[in-house]
Amino acid sequence: MSSNFKSGLTSTIATAVIVAFAASVAQAKGTVNVYNWSDYIDDSVLKDFEAETGIKVNYDVFDSNEVLETKLLAGTTGYDIVVPSGSFLSRQIQAGVFQKLNKDALPNLRNMWSLVSDRTSIYDPDNAYSINYLWGTTGIGYNVEAAAKRLHGKPVDSWEIIFNPEILAKFQDCGIHMLDAPTELIPAALNYLGLNPDSHNTADIEKAAALLKTTRPYIQKFHSSEYINTLANGDICLAIGWSGDVFQARDRAAEADNGVTINYIIPKEGALMWFDQMAIPTDAANTREAHIFMNYIMRPDVIAKASNYVVYANGNKASQALLDQDVLEDPAVYPDEETMAKLYVTTPYAPKIQRTVTRAWTAMKSGQ
Amino acid sequence: MAVTDIASPPEEIQEPSGLSSGWGRRLFIAIPYIWLLVFFLAPFVIVLKISLSDVILARPPYFPNFDISEGWQGFLAMLRVFDLENYVWLAEDSLYLNSYLSSLRIASISTLLTLAIGYPIAYAMAKAPKEWRATLLMLVILPFWTSFLIRVYAWIGILKKEGFLNYFLLWTGIIDEPLMILNTDTAIYIGIVYSYLPFMVLPLYAVLEKLNISLLEAATDLGCSPLKAFWVITLPLSLPGVWAGCFLVFIPAVGEFVIPDILGGSSTIMIGKTLWVEFFSNRDWPVASAVAILLLLMLTLPIILFQKQQEKQAEASQ
Repeated sequence: MSSNFKSGLTSTIATAVIVAFAASVAQAKGTVNVYNWSDYIDDSVLKDFEAETGIKVNYDVFDSNEVLETKLLAGTTGYDIVVPSGSFLSRQIQAGVFQKLNKDALPNLRNMWSLVSDRTSIYDPDNAYSINYLWGTTGIGYNVEAAAKRLHGKPVDSWEIIFNPEILAKFQDCGIHMLDAPTELIPAALNYLGLNPDSHNTADIEKAAALLKTTRPYIQKFHSSEYINTLANGDICLAIGWSGDVFQARDRAAEADNGVTINYIIPKEGALMWFDQMAIPTDAANTREAHIFMNYIMRPDVIAKASNYVVYANGNKASQALLDQDVLEDPAVYPDEETMAKLYVTTPYAPKIQRTVTRAWTAMKSGQ
Repeated sequence: MAVTDIASPPEEIQEPSGLSSGWGRRLFIAIPYIWLLVFFLAPFVIVLKISLSDVILARPPYFPNFDISEGWQGFLAMLRVFDLENYVWLAEDSLYLNSYLSSLRIASISTLLTLAIGYPIAYAMAKAPKEWRATLLMLVILPFWTSFLIRVYAWIGILKKEGFLNYFLLWTGIIDEPLMILNTDTAIYIGIVYSYLPFMVLPLYAVLEKLNISLLEAATDLGCSPLKAFWVITLPLSLPGVWAGCFLVFIPAVGEFVIPDILGGSSTIMIGKTLWVEFFSNRDWPVASAVAILLLLMLTLPIILFQKQQEKQAEASQ
C-alpha cells in the first residue's frame, strides 16, 4: 500500500515535471512588452507576429508623450519597446533612458526611407537608438457638412478657421476639440503668426499663447484621443488632431453610415511633421525579443498593413508598393513635394522654456 | 473588604504574569505604529526630500538622489543642496493658490450637497421597517461592486449633449434645448456627490438607527411638533454622524483627480490636475512634491478637527 502510494506519487511528480518542462519549452520563445499609442496598430499585425515567432506580445497603450516620458523617467517600466515622438525621444536619449540598437539584429533596416531617417536623425543622431514606426502631421479635422453650412462653400484650407475667432465662433455650437499637447499647438500658433514654429524665445511663445487664448471661449475640450469617436459620431464638428486619427474617425463614420463625413487637411500655412520612434529602454528585460519585433515591424508587408489600417505614413520605402492607393496617393497622408516643403519639425525645449510653455498652456486652458 | 477590592483591583489583572506576554502586548500595540511608519511617514519623508531637490534631465529626474552606499557623508552632501526654492515658486505663481482655493470650494460645495442628499436617505433608511433595512443598506453599498472608474465614465453617457438625461428632459418637454452639463463644474459636483454618497449615508445611518425613539415619543407627548422634535432632538444627536460623513467626503474630494479629469471642463483647475501637470507635462517632480506636501498640510487641519470631534464624542459617551 505504502509503496504503491509512493510509486503513484513519483509518477505524478514525473508527469508534473514533464508538463512544466513542456510549458517552459513553449515559453522559451519569450515575450515582448510593447507600449504604443492608442488606436495605432492593426491587431492582426500582433497576432501574425505571435503565430510566426511564438513570442507572446503584451500590448499596452497611452495617448500622450507626457505620460510615457514620466513612466520612463521613473524607471523600470517593464516595457521592452516604447514609441515616443521625436522631440521627446531626443530628450529621453539625453536622460539615458534608451539602449543603443544592435543593428546586426535588424537586417530590415535596409527597407527604410532616407527622407524620413534623415529627419529623425535630428532627434536621434545616426538613428542609433530608434527606428521610425509611423509619422504624420498635426492639422485640422472637420465635419464636411457642418463646415459647408457654416462657411457657405468656402473650402477649409487654412489655420484661419482656428485662429480667426470670427470663423471659429461659427463652429462653437457643433463642438470643437483641441489636442491637449502644448508642444504641438504653440508651434502651430507661431507658424500662423509668421514666426519660427520652433522658436524657443519666451516673447514669441507668449505671443503664440495670446493667440491661442483668443480661441479658448469656443473650445469644448482639450483631449488627445477622444476626438476620434466624437468626430465620427457627430458630437463635434472641428478638431485640431493628428492626421491618421482623423482618418480613423472618417473611416468609422463611413462604416457607421451615420450621415457624418469627416475630412482632414494640412493647412496651406504648413503643419507640424512628427515622427513616432520605436526604442528599447535600458532596463528592458527582453532585448532579444524587442529586436525581433522591431525587425518584424520593418518588414514591408507588415508596416504596410499597419499604415493601411491606421492611415498614417511610415518611414519604410519598400512598403510603398504594398500600400492602398488611397493611402499612398492622398497628399494629406503622403504629402506631395509642395506640401512637404511647408511642413516643419520642432526640437525639445529646455526645462525653463518648457515650464513657460506649460504654464501658458494651463493659463490658456483655464481661461486665466 | 469590598471597598478595598474596588480601590485596588487584584494584581494579576493589572499585570499579566511573565515577560513574554508583556512583549507580545507591546508587539501588538506596535503593529499600528509600524503601519503608520511604513505607509505614512516613510512616503511623506521621501516626498518631502524630493520637494527640496532640483530638476535634472536623468532618471529619476531630480537631484540630489541619495545613495545609501555613500553613507553619512553622502547624506550631509545631500542636505547642503537642499533649499526651499520650490516652495517659493509656489507662492509666486497665482496658479497654485487658485488651484488650492478652487479645490476647497468644489470640495465644500460637494460636501454640502452630499449632506443634503445623504441625510434624508439615511433618515428614511433608519425609519424603514426593520426587515427592509438590511436590503436598503445593501443597495447603498452595491455600487462599490462596480469599478469606480467605470461608474464615473457612465456619467459621460448620461450627461453628454445627446445623453440619456437630455433625451429624457427633451422628451418630457421640460427643456427645448439640450443642457450642456458635461465638461462643466456641475458635472464635477454630480460626479463627486454620486461617488461619495455612501460615505455620507453610512455614518449617518449608523447614528440615526441607534437614536432612542422614546425621546421623540416623550417630545410628542409634551406637545412638541414633529418638525421641532427633529430640530431639537434628532439633528443634534446625529451631529457626530454628520461630522464623520462630511470629513469622509470632504477630504478625498479636495485631492480628487479622476472626476474633474473625466467629467470636468478644461477651465476648472483643481489641485489634483495641477499636480498632474507638474508631474507629467513639466517633468518637475520637485515642484509636484512641494504641491503634494502643501496639500497634505492643508488637509491635516480638517483631519485634526475630525480627531478632536471624535475625542469629544468618546468622552461624551463615557
